[in-house]
Amino acid sequence: MKRVYAKEEVCAGCRLCEIWCVVAHSKTKDIIKAFNEEFPRPLPRVQVEEFGSFSFALQCRHCNEPPCIEACMTGAMHREAPDGPVLHDADKCVGCWMCIMVCPYGAIARDETLKKIASKCDLCYGEEEPACVAHCPNEALVFEDRGE
Amino acid sequence: MRFSYLEPEFLVERNLERCIRCQVCVRQCAFEAHRYDAASDVVTVDSSRCVGCLRCVTMCPTDALIVRQNPTTFKENANWTGRVIKNIYKQAETGGVLLTGMGNDRPYPIYWDHMVLNASQVTNPSIDPLREPMELKTYLGRKPERLDVSVKDGKISLNTKLAPQLELRMPVVFSALSYGAISFNASKALASAAYEFGTYYNTGEGGLHRDLYRYGERTIVQCASGRFGVHKDYLQAAAAIEIKIGQGAKPGIGGHLPGEKVSREVSRTRMIPEGSDALSPAPHHDIYSIEDLRQLIYALKEATRYEKPVSVKIAAVHNSAAIASGMVRAGADIIALDGIRGGTGAAPTTIRDNVGIPIELAIASVDQRLREEGIRHQASILAAGGFRSSSDVIKAIALGADAVYIGTSALVAMGCHLCQICYTGKCNWGIATQDPYLEKRLNPEIAKERLMNLLRAWEHEIKEMLGGMGINAIESLRGNRLHLRGVGLTDSELEILGILPAGR
Repeated sequence: MKRVYAKEEVCAGCRLCEIWCVVAHSKTKDIIKAFNEEFPRPLPRVQVEEFGSFSFALQCRHCNEPPCIEACMTGAMHREAPDGPVLHDADKCVGCWMCIMVCPYGAIARDETLKKIASKCDLCYGEEEPACVAHCPNEALVFEDRGE
Repeated sequence: MRFSYLEPEFLVERNLERCIRCQVCVRQCAFEAHRYDAASDVVTVDSSRCVGCLRCVTMCPTDALIVRQNPTTFKENANWTGRVIKNIYKQAETGGVLLTGMGNDRPYPIYWDHMVLNASQVTNPSIDPLREPMELKTYLGRKPERLDVSVKDGKISLNTKLAPQLELRMPVVFSALSYGAISFNASKALASAAYEFGTYYNTGEGGLHRDLYRYGERTIVQCASGRFGVHKDYLQAAAAIEIKIGQGAKPGIGGHLPGEKVSREVSRTRMIPEGSDALSPAPHHDIYSIEDLRQLIYALKEATRYEKPVSVKIAAVHNSAAIASGMVRAGADIIALDGIRGGTGAAPTTIRDNVGIPIELAIASVDQRLREEGIRHQASILAAGGFRSSSDVIKAIALGADAVYIGTSALVAMGCHLCQICYTGKCNWGIATQDPYLEKRLNPEIAKERLMNLLRAWEHEIKEMLGGMGINAIESLRGNRLHLRGVGLTDSELEILGILPAGR
């Protein structure tokens, strides 16, 4: 399946991926409104990891055998197609955070703005290209099928 | 630090209605002009730190930032301008030589903007390059006195042994930008773009990084007064060797790479200790005359089995024509001339702004002198120093250059915003830096594509202009000054340029 891959050697650490992820998951999809007016503001589902000059953007790897789906007791964490992205249904989520416990990448975050739920990348489900990839100014994120 | 009398050069203005406090500006400014105040959830600005590189403006996702020249003025004074006063303040505060980067920014006449090209009308047909072939291929190197050809059984063979030549897809070469002055990614972008496009790039005096040897056949390596990174493999890897005598941005002095930019890789490549200033001597201490130059030219030719053309680069100065004549007689295959607007990574401001002559006058006088002496064919002229567009290039060819070196234009294509602080090593665009955090900002793949796009665009434009003149090969324009006319030039300028005034 198509996944987002990071090229850490050209990641500028600007975090525009995080910002545009927030916009893509906002109600208005307007960057200024999303940040300055909307409540709750969605959490970025991509995180730039930094250590010194080293940085890269990390989001859910959409594992072939996802431990989060295995661990989810309500079925909130699910897949619609065998080769589709791992999705999260906020209505079903009870905020037990088992998914966070089992995720080997630390790619799921706690969203406590309203009711406690998990927050993770959905590859901008339905869009041609995830927002983080489309807006990376240095092409440090690519969306491609590497046959993995 | 003591209180400074210097006002900020720029004012950074933030539109608070548009600012989303995402802090991209904070993370992207190596000068720390932007800061995030978490307690109040606002991004604040210290304009005095701004260098005007516009990285923050370009990266801001909501267009919330404007950087403007500080409108504050001193009392009007034609002699004591703000620039002059500020320079005195800087020196009174530091006691040091004023440093700068990039080319001369003073308002000397730009002769390219006072020369116009010809076009065919009625009496001779113009050529449409989209429908008819147009040749821009250029060869640099020594040309033979005459061609000895023999015909045997209808087969033609060339008996003259040709001197080694550089083959250019079009007459534009990336000029000397050393690894050290610019980042590895920038060097790689230049090398790979030259390689794929079919032109050359020049290593400057920074040596050749081991990962760039694979572009060797499209590389001109420099042998400068500091001899940094010069060794057997370096010379043999290249397509041509250039002896750097001088540089347009700083005629008469040697290169200076501050120790801050001598990273581990730069130190390995240049063969100097990490963190030490790389100071090139002002002269080559083995070249005090044309005869000495001849010895080095032939030492290099000998070392590379006469397989590579040897170029000699000088800054354009008052007596360039006589020097060039000597250089050709000393055995140079290419004469590289760098005019007063030539760029640099670091130079004393006073030298950059006051020493040398404009490249237009140097091309004309050198070409004229070599022709008069009957030795013009013995060397190609490679002109450098502030070429901004395809029209500058084509005018240089008409004046008598064989090809043109572009440095600043190439840097701008990669993202340079000409803020002139290359010497600090903190280039926010990832170009003139060795800081691993900043260097990553230049994606060599993107930069390569941008460079190749620029060359392709100029190639199209040069073909259009040539076609307009009714010429179908760049060779036919070379030194053809009848295709140029001067506008707004004095009689002596016209005479030096060897062109007629417009209307005549």
